[in-house]
Amino acid sequence: MSVRLRVAVDRDACCGSGNCVRTAPEVFDQDDADGLVVLRQAEPPESEHDAVREAAYNCPAAAIDVTEATATRP
Amino acid sequence: MSDTLATNVLTYPFGNAGLDPLLPDLGPDGVGRVQLPTGQQAWLFTRHEHLRELLRSPDFSSDFTRPGFPLIRPIPEDMPRRPDGSLIRMDPPEHTKFRRMLTPEFMIKHIRTLEPLIRQTVVDALEQMRAAGQPADLVEHFALPVPSMVICHLLGVPYTDHDYFQERSRILLAWSSTPEQARDAIEELRDYLTRLIAARRGERGEDLISRLAAERVATGEMTEEELVGLSVLLLIAGHETTSNMIGLSTLVLLEHPAQLRRLRERPELIDDTVEELLRYLTIVRTGLTRVAVADTEVGGHRIAAGEGVIALLSAANRDADVFPDGAEFDLARGSHQHMAFGFGIHQCIGQPLARAELRIALSELITRLPGLALAVDADDVRYRDAVVFGVQRLPVTW
Repeated sequence: MSVRLRVAVDRDACCGSGNCVRTAPEVFDQDDADGLVVLRQAEPPESEHDAVREAAYNCPAAAIDVTEATATRP
Repeated sequence: MSDTLATNVLTYPFGNAGLDPLLPDLGPDGVGRVQLPTGQQAWLFTRHEHLRELLRSPDFSSDFTRPGFPLIRPIPEDMPRRPDGSLIRMDPPEHTKFRRMLTPEFMIKHIRTLEPLIRQTVVDALEQMRAAGQPADLVEHFALPVPSMVICHLLGVPYTDHDYFQERSRILLAWSSTPEQARDAIEELRDYLTRLIAARRGERGEDLISRLAAERVATGEMTEEELVGLSVLLLIAGHETTSNMIGLSTLVLLEHPAQLRRLRERPELIDDTVEELLRYLTIVRTGLTRVAVADTEVGGHRIAAGEGVIALLSAANRDADVFPDGAEFDLARGSHQHMAFGFGIHQCIGQPLARAELRIALSELITRLPGLALAVDADDVRYRDAVVFGVQRLPVTW
């Protein structure tokens, strides 16, 4: 059993605070042109899950959505 | 949950007594009613979870010209009630448009390119303080000039004018100023920046004000009056907050010698230290004001459209559910959920700059002045009676 995490970002809601980039730089970045969130990986490895959840919790604009699916590995 | 509360209405704001903010005992729910100096009443929210809900909600407006907006100080009758360009007083979609003009300027990777400049500014200020001889006032020689010089560089404001804008900024934020004095201070700052923008016209400068003038005002995306309002906000926010944090942080570190020793032994703790200082001090002690624009709910309390609310950041940052023993300074805490920069779409846009300045200023200070000590008794340190909390002076030796 492993937990799969699917991350989605809402650039329309993003306010460019950069919190997610501080918290999980492997998963989030800021666009060079507009400073808004860029998703680097939509299904990050388990080692990133805590950081991703923290980034979603701390996002001031609620622009990060994290959904969990428990999958059984073949 | 009931939407009626005990009739005990507290007088607000609570004032600045010292390093610990004055927090009301509102019971486990942490919700109360307050009476403002303007005669208005407002809701007061103090719990971390409630502030998260409130400050992310589209049912609240930051526009102080809306009816019912809770004003913490009276505004003179003849004061132009314009939120023009002052990002913190705007709502979407205008807020979004303005904020997006600035997000690339303050994003983390851009601020990283400024770090050599920040470090040089910090080192030069420390050397000048050392040359001035001890004891020296750390606020005058270090905490105030460093962020002032950096924001001046970014905006293209001549630092040689610092006496002029720092004095007006001080008057604007001081509780002891009359509404008329505060109005005059802001109008003088606006006049100053209006003249500066006019003088820059056609020069194609690389600074932020010149670029906004060329790329946004000239194209009609922003009016010149809005650029003036935005520039006033950035100039004030850019030096008041960080300078007060540097002064207070130095005091806190000196008052916690075991933790200071630990930080000196393990310099990599500086990032966590900065976050904990931000949480522990929470210098925007009057909290954030909003007005409900729809009938809504926060924490089960029904709030009617037109009612004012205050989100007390300093209380949320000591909420025991999120920060156990929150009244204690503990640099190993890992305070990543603090709201010292606010929360919601208005969260401080300059936070990467503030963090970089605090990290570099405090690291260099404790490394270059290993014998740093207070030159007065900590009980004799005088605090500012101002919208942004800080120390008036901090006499130190080294």
